[in-house]
Amino acid sequence: MTTTTATRAALLVLADGRFPAGGHAHSGGAEAAIAAGRVSDPASLEAFCRGRLGTAGLVAAALAAAAAAGANPLLLDEAADARTPSPALRMTARKLGRQMMRAARACWPSPALDALAAARPRGAHQPVVLGLAAAAAGLGPLDAAHAAAYEAVSGPATAAVRLLSLDPFDATAVLARLAPELDRVAELAVAAAESALDDLDALPAASAPLLEIAAEAHAAWPVRLFAS
Amino acid sequence: MTAVAPAPAASCGVRAAARIVAAPDGRGGTALPVLHGEGPLVPRRTRAARADTAQVTVVGAMSAPLGGDHLRLDARVLPGARLAVGSAAATVSLPGRDGARARYDVRLAVDEGAELRWLPEPLIAAAGSDLAMTTRVELAEGARLVLREELVLGRAGERPGRLVSRLTVRRGGRALLDQEVALGPGVPGWSGPAVLDRYRAMGQLLIADPWFEEHAPGVVALASDPAEGEAVLTPLAGPAVLVTALGRDALTVRRLLNAGQRAAAPPAG
Repeated sequence: MTTTTATRAALLVLADGRFPAGGHAHSGGAEAAIAAGRVSDPASLEAFCRGRLGTAGLVAAALAAAAAAGANPLLLDEAADARTPSPALRMTARKLGRQMMRAARACWPSPALDALAAARPRGAHQPVVLGLAAAAAGLGPLDAAHAAAYEAVSGPATAAVRLLSLDPFDATAVLARLAPELDRVAELAVAAAESALDDLDALPAASAPLLEIAAEAHAAWPVRLFAS
Repeated sequence: MTAVAPAPAASCGVRAAARIVAAPDGRGGTALPVLHGEGPLVPRRTRAARADTAQVTVVGAMSAPLGGDHLRLDARVLPGARLAVGSAAATVSLPGRDGARARYDVRLAVDEGAELRWLPEPLIAAAGSDLAMTTRVELAEGARLVLREELVLGRAGERPGRLVSRLTVRRGGRALLDQEVALGPGVPGWSGPAVLDRYRAMGQLLIADPWFEEHAPGVVALASDPAEGEAVLTPLAGPAVLVTALGRDALTVRRLLNAGQRAAAPPAG
């Protein structure tokens, strides 16, 4: 479960914001929250990220960990659908999954990635693909969970810098303050993923009502900077 | 974080179970061969809006749930039967003496060609309370369901209690909806801009009906004014729609859920 020195660099490659999997085009709901006046400074950005981490982030981390641990990716994909009532967010997750799939197959070719790509040509939920990519890169479930949890907060923080002209030092300090909670969420996710190998209902289903509601409104905006 | 911990052993709270079974009565109506309750959960047959439907009202005979209590409510609707269940009043989650968490588990099964309308009054988390609620629904592929859940954080002018509610719905054995909301003291970010912000009431209304397989509804924005509340109707990945509503109070949430139900409802079968 732990990262060995032989694979630690692979985690850096996978979790790098510059990994070409399309994440930079998405704000994780931050654009809608900023437009609504709910996120306006580092403190409100931190509250937003904390809420997203404990809900969508925890679910994504558990899906990724379960996929990396060998759970059936198609059942995980179905579980992800059931945990995503917003069609806009389901579409975003599949679009990001398709892009992650292309990048992952180029970096770490694997039969598991090929099989999922063939079964879900329009894209599987991104955390499921991320988990298989982690396994293909020689990483474990805890690594996959960390990558997914980090992505749940790094996207909004980066977007807030652009949308609010927030000081990048302040935005990054938010991420640094959240680091202990990221570790805790990743550990919770792995524990849930282990139980999910026997019973998929053990996967967390934490939801954030405002993220779901705002995602639909945001998807209908005629002009927006971020795709979600 | 939002995972529900097992109820502490040797708790001094009340344990109570209620059970309802609805079956066709052979004359176009619905009979209730099982209607059993105890302690704080008493289901009673009341007058139904439709002749083919059995109406049950759950009467809270005692104030419940208190911390440490473990309540369980089972209902099954057998093939072709129609059951509607409501409650006489809001359920208020109150703190117990020892700070233990209360549990309330609802298990619902709706068979082929059967219908369940599960429309209880709101659940209110009083200051200092701690309740873990689970609702699991097993739907046959040809079953119909209308299910409402309304959660209110604190009584009027009161600090919120803690409330974790998980709603898991399977249809034909496959996951249709799985949502857990964790709200109140000790839940990271719950009152922040990603989860509830300043709202203190939320509601969900799920309508599952095979009719939606042929008539997939679109997204409907029901309200987006923070002063009024926010709500959206979304089609799920299966033949079902979910209305999610946030508001300052229970009345606002009920109004938004009702609007969503009108916007989505399939023709009465």
